[in-house]
Amino acid sequence: MRILVTGLGTFWGSHLAQQLEALPEVEMIVGLDTQEPRLPLERTEFVKADSNYSILDRIVRATQVDTILHTHLIVDSTELPGRSLHEINVIGTMNLLAAAGTAGSPVRKVIVKSSTLTYGANFKDPYFFRESMPRTRPPRTRVERSLLEAASFVRDFAIDNPHVTVTKLRFSNVLGDDVTTPFSKALRLPAAPEILGFDPRLQFTHESDVTGALVFATRNDVPGIFNVAGDGSVPWSEVCAIVGRRRVPLPPVFTQWAAEPLRIARILDLPPEVLSLLRYGRAVDNSPFKRTGFRYGYSTAGTINAFARSLRLEGAVGSNSPSYRYERDVETFFRHSPAVVRERD
Amino acid sequence: MQHGTRFPSPVSASLDETAARAGVPVIDPPESEPESQRETIAADPVIDITESIEAATRSVALVPRPKPVRLDLEPGESEIRRGDVDAYGRSEHMREIARRIYDPMYRYWFRTVWEGLEHIPTDGGALLVANHAGAIPADAPAIMHGIETELHRPVYGLAENLFRAIPFVGTMWSRLGGVAAHPDNAYRLLKDDRQLVLVFPEGTKGTGKTYRDRYKLHRFGRAGFVEIAMRSGVPVIPIAVVGNEEAMPILFKSRRLAALTNLPYFPVTANMLAFGPLGAGMYFPAKFRIRVLPPVHFGVTADQERYPRAQVMAESDRIRDTIQDALYDMLRTRRSVWFG
Repeated sequence: MRILVTGLGTFWGSHLAQQLEALPEVEMIVGLDTQEPRLPLERTEFVKADSNYSILDRIVRATQVDTILHTHLIVDSTELPGRSLHEINVIGTMNLLAAAGTAGSPVRKVIVKSSTLTYGANFKDPYFFRESMPRTRPPRTRVERSLLEAASFVRDFAIDNPHVTVTKLRFSNVLGDDVTTPFSKALRLPAAPEILGFDPRLQFTHESDVTGALVFATRNDVPGIFNVAGDGSVPWSEVCAIVGRRRVPLPPVFTQWAAEPLRIARILDLPPEVLSLLRYGRAVDNSPFKRTGFRYGYSTAGTINAFARSLRLEGAVGSNSPSYRYERDVETFFRHSPAVVRERD
Repeated sequence: MQHGTRFPSPVSASLDETAARAGVPVIDPPESEPESQRETIAADPVIDITESIEAATRSVALVPRPKPVRLDLEPGESEIRRGDVDAYGRSEHMREIARRIYDPMYRYWFRTVWEGLEHIPTDGGALLVANHAGAIPADAPAIMHGIETELHRPVYGLAENLFRAIPFVGTMWSRLGGVAAHPDNAYRLLKDDRQLVLVFPEGTKGTGKTYRDRYKLHRFGRAGFVEIAMRSGVPVIPIAVVGNEEAMPILFKSRRLAALTNLPYFPVTANMLAFGPLGAGMYFPAKFRIRVLPPVHFGVTADQERYPRAQVMAESDRIRDTIQDALYDMLRTRRSVWFG
């Protein structure tokens, strides 16, 4: 198995590559990104590329990759300005799939890491979205629009290339020891925000289940779209209670304006898609992916509990996130110098 | 049960079972127990309980309430969870409090009487379908309260999803068993979770009708409820409610105020005229009679892609007619709005 990972410099790209390196059936991993990897990697080849993958065509042909893991879809709109978000999600996906779909392309499997953000959050929503259900209100935020547009490219690619196994995984909100999401930021504050009078049902996926699901889809053929979320749903008030946080109410009207000072003071950025989650919540049906044989490590409540534990540890000993800096020369030396004795081969 | 209504057989069976369980120490008493005490317990168990069923106003006074089944809890999960809000937002704890507050209203204000409770299954999913009226309908809480106290089964009430958008009200409504009336929510509750689901197919057209049209059923929407019951493979149980339509009757409706407040209708009720501003939330003490009609089974396989439109409409009309007939039948025997 020869794998190409997009977004190697992101949290997910790095963690996924680390997991894939451990698999014996993976011959080779190439990682693409504009940023350098965040984690020490043993044998992944890092290629610095621009965000819309103009050299991808050449890489695919030169390395003969058969599997593409597209993790570089930005779902947290607080990370980047809207313009570059569009560039990465829409143009990036378009170019990636164009390169993967050229005549004679060796690619046989494409796995896309998307988000349940594509369902939106609205009072007309079903309590558990199935993969086939459309959202009930047109998207209003840039990140949602870009994800939907990227999804349409993936669908087109799947139709045009029936010989390729295309898997799209829609992940719910993620919590974990290391990952930073709008919810993890909110729950790290001394008091978490809520919208007065609303107590939405939310679902969380543990970060290890995210990489687990992506690895599962890599090792098994599971074509189609699947929701990935921990079992069950927990109201936001209870999430805060499990984590041990008080709640500070935002007014139910003009919520966006009320949240603005928090953003300006750099305390917490609550974009519209997160605010509508805090208002109406969202849950998805995770059973189709379970039926393919995937086993979750954590339920929603279990994820929250694991997060609460890691916060307590952090409170006691301080942040212990791994610090690592990518040094090109060092990495090249270890991978390619004849002086290094390699056990592989 | 309630006011001398004969208790349904399945529940009597479970009562006997509880009695038998209560009798276990009688058959095999601990050694230390004195002889006389043993005899007194042995003397009464089964007979006494069955007798007091006739006399008691409520079964819950006699039978310990079984712990309701939690919908989404997995082993180990209960240590983590701090609340008991289930996958649909319902909280048994909150229901319990609401039942305690509502009980006097149910018993002494509306003096609710049930007929045919034995038609409601003690296990498995069923779609309860009832007539709907009143500016603020009193039928849903009465039906949910009655079934929950008598059968110890939760009832989920489908309602307009607009509730979800209102702060506090939406949360409260959801904790008390309200579920947004999305077909998939109903399907999950009935098929996957095997629960009782209450629906009023007339919707806001039923609650928005004026006093002049009382007990005249509106059309049953687009018969979606029949399709959901067919797809989930559960029976429909028609329920006729008498009394509710006099509890808060609408005299006039203001179209202009409705448009202004964005409500489906803006009512002027008789209660408002009688009690002034208090009347907006106060019911007349009409006597409630709730008759549960025999379950309707459709004889179709569940989970079909689609069901013939004609069949769905015919079943819907048939159910509507049975409720309408029951209503007329009950009104024929009713002597007084207030005393039944």
